Amino acid sequence: MSAKNHHNDGHHGDFWSTYVFSLDHKVIGLQYFFASMVFLLFGFSLIMLLRWQWAFPMKPIPLIGWLLPESLAPGGVMVPEFFNQIGAMHGTIMVFLGIVPLGVGAFGNYVLPLQIGAPDMAFPRLNMMSFWTFLPGGLLMLCSFFLPGGAAQSGWTSYPPLSVINPGQTMWLVSMVLIITSSLLGSINFIVTTLNMRAPGMTLARMPIFVWGQFVTAVLLLLAFPPLEAAAILQLADRVLHTSFFMPSGLVISGEVAKWAGGGQPLLWQHLFWFLAHPEVYVLILPAMGIVAEIIANNTRKPLHGYKEIVGSMVFIGVLSFMVWAHHMFLSGMSPKISNFFLVTTLIISVPSVAVLTCLVFSLKGGSIRFTTPMLFALAFLPMFGIGGLTGLPLGLTVTDIYLHDTLYVIGHFHYVVVTGSLLALFAGVYFWFPKWFGRHMNDALGKVHFWTTLICMNGIFFPMFIQGLAGVQRRLYDPTAQLHNVSTQGMNVVSSTFAWLLFLAQLPFIWNFFYSIFKGRKAESNPWEATTLDWACPSPPPHGNFDKPPKCYRGPYEYSVPGKKTDWSPQHVEAA
Amino acid sequence: MSSASHSNETSTGIPHGKLGIWLFLASEIMLFATLFTTYIVLRVAAPQWPRGWDVLNVPLATLNTFILITSSVTMVMAYAKAYMKDRAGFNKYMLLTLAFGGAFLVVKSFEYGAKFSHHLYPSTSIFFSIYYVTTGLHCLHVIGGLVVNAWLLWWAKENFEHPLFVGRVEYSGLYWHFVDVVWIFLFPALYLL
Repeated sequence: MSAKNHHNDGHHGDFWSTYVFSLDHKVIGLQYFFASMVFLLFGFSLIMLLRWQWAFPMKPIPLIGWLLPESLAPGGVMVPEFFNQIGAMHGTIMVFLGIVPLGVGAFGNYVLPLQIGAPDMAFPRLNMMSFWTFLPGGLLMLCSFFLPGGAAQSGWTSYPPLSVINPGQTMWLVSMVLIITSSLLGSINFIVTTLNMRAPGMTLARMPIFVWGQFVTAVLLLLAFPPLEAAAILQLADRVLHTSFFMPSGLVISGEVAKWAGGGQPLLWQHLFWFLAHPEVYVLILPAMGIVAEIIANNTRKPLHGYKEIVGSMVFIGVLSFMVWAHHMFLSGMSPKISNFFLVTTLIISVPSVAVLTCLVFSLKGGSIRFTTPMLFALAFLPMFGIGGLTGLPLGLTVTDIYLHDTLYVIGHFHYVVVTGSLLALFAGVYFWFPKWFGRHMNDALGKVHFWTTLICMNGIFFPMFIQGLAGVQRRLYDPTAQLHNVSTQGMNVVSSTFAWLLFLAQLPFIWNFFYSIFKGRKAESNPWEATTLDWACPSPPPHGNFDKPPKCYRGPYEYSVPGKKTDWSPQHVEAA
Repeated sequence: MSSASHSNETSTGIPHGKLGIWLFLASEIMLFATLFTTYIVLRVAAPQWPRGWDVLNVPLATLNTFILITSSVTMVMAYAKAYMKDRAGFNKYMLLTLAFGGAFLVVKSFEYGAKFSHHLYPSTSIFFSIYYVTTGLHCLHVIGGLVVNAWLLWWAKENFEHPLFVGRVEYSGLYWHFVDVVWIFLFPALYLL
């Protein structure tokens, strides 16, 4: 379909309809990309502040401490309420406004239609609405810092009754409802697009792993988010209408009988929250796995080891992720029979995750590996996600979890999964698809500097947390040195914090590289990586409607080094390649 | 919209809109299932629970049930008339659907008003928390359906022959039946059990 008669057009050089309220999946993808990158940087800045308090408790924050208002940090020392706000908002922003919109909103929107050979998403208008509910939700979340009472301060999990009593929570709930709504609109769009918009010949078994990852993710978002939306509405009602869904009878706050009628159950919220938030973990990791699979196949120049096994494992992970949520609640109080059930499902779900990882590692065997920047990030994903996954096993076992629950060990575990796992893979994706997005290459040398410094700093931040956690250091402590048993590992907080600030410096080459390369980078053709999938069959950057003529798919996604062929890659869209 | 030129050439053969509305309903089912789960969990744990017919107005709710079921029938008729290209018939049945949906809301507002006048608010007890929030969300869904149906009625003036028109009436109808079904569960759960 040519650019001229493309039905979504309606663009007549109008700035607003081209860049702001665009219906084009590529522009919306980039909108998500820039928005989520800014949110990531903001969430990261918050935790850099918090890390000062952990490294040097009760000392004034240097350089920027004077910028903070008296109410938050008198004399540059942050008050406990501000510390709690940072903790809650860091988690919320990184998960719901950073990693998910980056993995799904940005990469999914941009790459998924290209990889299945579609001219756009199935519902372009819905796609635009999805972004324009996400962005106000995200901005509301940030603005909540400026409200009287400040931002939410009950953790990103928002457990009641604390969250119903604490100030700042109402704004959190309202923006969560907006973000969830955006996510639901997006997931419907992704599923319909994947099922309905595939190019002729693109059977389900020929879809790239990336598309499968996005598809399973969309199903998880579609079915797991509504319970949290309902729960958020109920908590909002508890706060605004003074209903008592999560407020128990006989609650006494600061020596006074609470004004709620009672009869509610705080534990109910935990169940509803984790019913979303565990599938959410897989929403964070499945797009990352998809990106890594694409890059590994492309840079080893050989077919992926076990395409069917990876797809099967991803689908199995998706199904099973609905049955593991209560392993977050072993210490919240539940019958041992129920906790045994969740223990078993939790250990079972590690099997398909390990299967995916094993397939990706085996894919390296016998390949002639190109150590490009995206490949380095993808390679680092494998052992890092491995550490993140394996350190999760003691948390899935009820016995060991009793000790480790709520310690820094947990923080180390999920940051290894989400930061050195998902985020490294997302960086890999940026370097990999940048030529497609902007028609230019990013600088490889700077990319490698970014890679090594980032990898070292991330490990420097999160590895000490395992040791601290095993030593019994709790998470969410305003002043860790206030407890005697934490003093022996306090030096590790200084190490962690230093690496966190270095990690910020390590991102500067990336930021510079990114913007410089948009304008001045080396030009890229349509298929600079000599890749096989359909996203490389259209011009870089793709015009409206993506493909010069509607593509047809003739073979599987990873036919590299097919014996008897002239080139070592056989693109999906070339009949006689 | 994109579906305009693709509705008859999708990979699965199912129009985008139809697939989309069923997925939307799947997420809606999860939403209301959560509310019903909340109801069950809180009720099972409660030391005592008021009998619905003692505190709520069963005759009015029964009337509302009939109104909503009837509106589902007229919705199907509107779809059938649209399918048969009977413009006058479509207009008539769509207007009736809107009227019944509006009547449901009017009756509901009388019910709410009577409760308020007896100082029974969402904060009064856990029973009324559930009653107001579940029926309130359901009413929002009714309003949403009415807005879509009213838009379809307006859109039909110029676009009755539009290739997407019949499909859109069908999808709106699927949603309307879903809203009806939710009430059919809410009614016994709150008033009769």
